[in-house]
Amino acid sequence: MIELKDVRKSFNGVEVLKGISTKFETGKVNLVIGSSGHGKSVMMKCMVGLLSPTSGNVFYDDRDFTNLEYFELREVRKEIGMLFQGTALFDSLTVEENVEFTLKMFTKMTKAERRDRVNFCLEQVNMAGINDKFPAEISGGMQKRVGIARAIALDIKYLFCDEPNSGLDPVTSRLIDELLQSITEEFNITTIINTHDMKSVFDIGDDVIFIYEGTNGWSGKVKDIKNSDNETLKRFIQASQFD
Amino acid sequence: MNFFSQFGLYLIFLKGMFSKPEKLSVYIDRTITEMNNIGVGSLTIVIIIAIFQGAVTTLQIAYQLISPLIAKPVIGSIVSDSSMLELAPTITCLVLAGKVGSHIASEIGTMRVSEQIDALEVMGINSSGYLALPKIVAGLIMIPMLVIISIFLSNLGGVLAGEASGILTSEEYLQGARESFLPYNLFFALVKAFTYAFIITTVSSFQGYTTNGGALEVGASSTKAVVYSAVAILFSDYLLAQLLL
Repeated sequence: MIELKDVRKSFNGVEVLKGISTKFETGKVNLVIGSSGHGKSVMMKCMVGLLSPTSGNVFYDDRDFTNLEYFELREVRKEIGMLFQGTALFDSLTVEENVEFTLKMFTKMTKAERRDRVNFCLEQVNMAGINDKFPAEISGGMQKRVGIARAIALDIKYLFCDEPNSGLDPVTSRLIDELLQSITEEFNITTIINTHDMKSVFDIGDDVIFIYEGTNGWSGKVKDIKNSDNETLKRFIQASQFD
Repeated sequence: MNFFSQFGLYLIFLKGMFSKPEKLSVYIDRTITEMNNIGVGSLTIVIIIAIFQGAVTTLQIAYQLISPLIAKPVIGSIVSDSSMLELAPTITCLVLAGKVGSHIASEIGTMRVSEQIDALEVMGINSSGYLALPKIVAGLIMIPMLVIISIFLSNLGGVLAGEASGILTSEEYLQGARESFLPYNLFFALVKAFTYAFIITTVSSFQGYTTNGGALEVGASSTKAVVYSAVAILFSDYLLAQLLL
């Protein structure tokens, strides 16, 4: 479980996150929705440690991530996988080397063991057999799936996805959604997805947090979204044509 | 003010690199790859520059010193000393600032704007150490080697130009070079080479690492890396000459 307690973040005196408190449950697909520029990505970056909150705390199963020492922080980060919006695959490495990367850095696995694990992860995302391709040689959807395979290569507990469907066609988007849902259930991890895609929310979401102007505008179960009396949330859903 | 804040960030960047490596063997592999990129990859341009640099210097020294009162080996001694003290280390490293520096800055800058550095950080890897440290170590090993090669080839260029133009024979050139040789000059050249290697690799890595934006900014970082490295090389050239000669 991940918990945020009154997380605030300012840039040059402008407060982008205005005290967000929420919990993301283990074994569930937690979706973070909201309009562009309202703080979703900043919140995710604060959660994974790419940004330091101005104040407040982020807890990973009772470990205060915001106040850990460097080496303790490194240990927690080994439990985190992240799928970036632009995939962020290492373009000078092959697909196999990308997925193998964290195994090589953090485990004592032999080459053969690493290869088995890489193949297992690629099979999980239906990408077996493309080990020797470079990221530039595969499509955007395939890159996303390789990104997921890389994220789950270590036995992670937390998976973060920043707009995993952006730039993908509807069919591939659904494929990615299903993949994220099945991985969350199979490995019992805490998955947090930033998205604008309301279809994803209704298809795979368990819990939802709606970020509005840097605050927790609404949070609850997916099934309760449509019954919410929160006006800004209603407008957001209407604009997404899913009302 | 901007200079001091940038210099402060540069020092913080350098300090950040030196944490315990996640896996030493991976760092060693990366260093060997970078040694190949920096050293072997720059060999051709260093060979061409060194030979022509020695040849042209020989012809110009001869042009200025043709006199029955000056022995011909003096030309060899001046060219070999100039090559060792200034031309080989400084000119070679200015060229390497362009070739190696821009490559390092654009490589790391592209990784920054495409979130690859963020990916490393999320994985728990010290990104500045992982990306820059192998390049710096490789530069510190390979650039002095390139400078030594450049010194040798510069003299070879001098010998060839002397013979080809009939200004002086190879024996006369080598006699002059041998008579004026001081081991301290070689030490001075190596001190310069190590200093310049450190400047090129660290300044370029820093410029790449602090890139913000997109493709345009990657280009700008690459340009800054070359300009700042070249200026720092020239400044330290003067400083080292003042301190060590």
